[in-house]
Amino acid sequence: MSTVADVLAGADAAPVDLTGRSGTRALRDGLARVLMWTAFAVAVVPLVWILWTVAAEGGRLLIHSTWWTNSQVGVTARRVGGGATHAIQGTLLQAGVTALISVPIGVLTAVYLVEYGRGRVARLVSFMVGILTGVPSIVAGLFIYAVFMTTFGMQRAAIFVCLALTLLMIPTIVRSTEEMLKLVPNDLREASYALGVPKWKTISAVVLPTAFSGIVTGILLGLARIMGETAPLLILGPYTKAITANLFGGNMATLPTMINQDRDQAVTMPAYDRVWAAALTLILLILVLNLLGRVIGPRSKV
Amino acid sequence: MSPPTSGPAVAGPSFPGDPVTGELASSAPGPFGPGAEGGRRGQGRLGDRLFGGAALGSGLTVVLLVTLIGVFLVSQALPALARNQANFFTSTEWVVSGDSPRFGIARLLWVTVLSSLMALAIAVPLGMAVALFLTQYAPRWLARPAAGAVDLLAAVPSIVFGLWGLRVLGPLTGGTQDFLRDHLGFIPLFSAGSVSSTTTIFLAGIVLAIMILPIITALSRDVFNQTPTTHKEAALALGATRWEMIRTAVLPFGKPGVISASMLGLGRALGETVAVMMLVSSLPAGSAWSWSLFGGGETFASKIALGAGEFDTPEKTGAYIAAGLVLFVLTFIVNAIARVVIERRKAFTE
Repeated sequence: MSTVADVLAGADAAPVDLTGRSGTRALRDGLARVLMWTAFAVAVVPLVWILWTVAAEGGRLLIHSTWWTNSQVGVTARRVGGGATHAIQGTLLQAGVTALISVPIGVLTAVYLVEYGRGRVARLVSFMVGILTGVPSIVAGLFIYAVFMTTFGMQRAAIFVCLALTLLMIPTIVRSTEEMLKLVPNDLREASYALGVPKWKTISAVVLPTAFSGIVTGILLGLARIMGETAPLLILGPYTKAITANLFGGNMATLPTMINQDRDQAVTMPAYDRVWAAALTLILLILVLNLLGRVIGPRSKV
Repeated sequence: MSPPTSGPAVAGPSFPGDPVTGELASSAPGPFGPGAEGGRRGQGRLGDRLFGGAALGSGLTVVLLVTLIGVFLVSQALPALARNQANFFTSTEWVVSGDSPRFGIARLLWVTVLSSLMALAIAVPLGMAVALFLTQYAPRWLARPAAGAVDLLAAVPSIVFGLWGLRVLGPLTGGTQDFLRDHLGFIPLFSAGSVSSTTTIFLAGIVLAIMILPIITALSRDVFNQTPTTHKEAALALGATRWEMIRTAVLPFGKPGVISASMLGLGRALGETVAVMMLVSSLPAGSAWSWSLFGGGETFASKIALGAGEFDTPEKTGAYIAAGLVLFVLTFIVNAIARVVIERRKAFTE
């Protein structure tokens, strides 16, 4: 990288004339300052606007206890009432199962990359994790559909949604865990080896516990990301109004599909309010996970 | 975003060939000979083999998964492509049922690229400015909560962006869209499109820009933060104003990072499904080709999502899988560029 002297000499960027009239230079500086502050204000507007809209439109239903205890069975778009238990339960269940599959694979892959991996295999794994990070969620869903429905002729079920979400969650866990493991000081590993502790025990009893809270933060943020995913659900997880906990057969409702179901309803329909309420519930779930992650994160020992 | 480590990214904290950490420990006999403490060492080796094997197995699972994605997409797209009666790359038709299916991706590609580039055109300058604000201008008390607020935008699910864009933002952009159409209509990009409502590619571009803003901001912020203090202080010591300091020290240093961030943002925009599906009106079959931002249509991702109901035979599904394959390749190339750019910067700074 070039030094500032190089840059000022015009090696890397247009040379800046520091001898000019100070009036225009000060003016430009002030203009840049105003511009940056404005940019920040512009960036915050959509956030506040979206959160405000969702809270204002959806808040009314959330304060009713029935929202949290009832499903939508027997409730049509024209009727008021019902709740989102079925969708909340489906979202949490699918997220939980997804985490159950992806966390071991993700954490162990990161352990491999940081503690074991050398040479070609490690580079290959790291490269493939990079590719997986970039796979669009709709392609992940399409892939699972191509394997299980088209090739094996199975029926759509919640477990396949979990598998598609797993593809999206693994790379985020690998990357965050990798960062955390790299932060564990080498002195700890060497001290453990000096005491005659085998490598696997060093990793499982010294390295992983040291990085534990950081890893948990990564998992929670990964969960928050996949909870809001809708694209694979459109292909693999049809909506239903009833509460179900069967992962291997039948349809299962989730909050994103509940929103998608009635998104085109007219403003006068009661279903319109439920769409915003479901959106608010989803945002609240994701916010809670995000906040949890941020509270745990700084407690990390590394 | 977690802070990037300053050390080389390829090697982990343990050193290759280090007698206590590397593989040598298991093969070379210890100072007391192979027989000493045989029981405990044997146990340790078994544990090491199991644990190391599990770690390697997980890594290989990831490799296998990515390979399978490629293999399945290609193997199921090929039969459908073989039956296709139209040119896959230049046709604008999309008829996948029947004995002589005719489908092509020309329109999908154009809508995908147009909406993503428009998002990029808005989000890159804005994201850079926000990142500069957070790293160079914001007072200390504001910097952290402000960065948190921008990150929070990334936590909003895409379907909520879609809902907000459809119900709130869309109707409000009607005036702007009419204005551009009326006054810049002589440019093909702004000519009158086939869609009369506000749900156009233009609207999707704006919402996509908001969705990728947090990624671009977070990554740019990281590289701007890494600008060596000596560079910045040298510029200031030479009498540069703050803006001149940013132009001469911060921006040249952060340029590869910003390019890489933009590419990752582009990758996200290309693959975004639900928001685009909700925000862009579909066109009836046989619509005339239009270059306009004020037209409708589908992107690769939204076409696949909208067509999910048609996935009843392998032939029909295959057509959509072919479109998915193109999207996969497209995002792969964009992400690869991002990685190459950032790796080269690492090589420079080491």
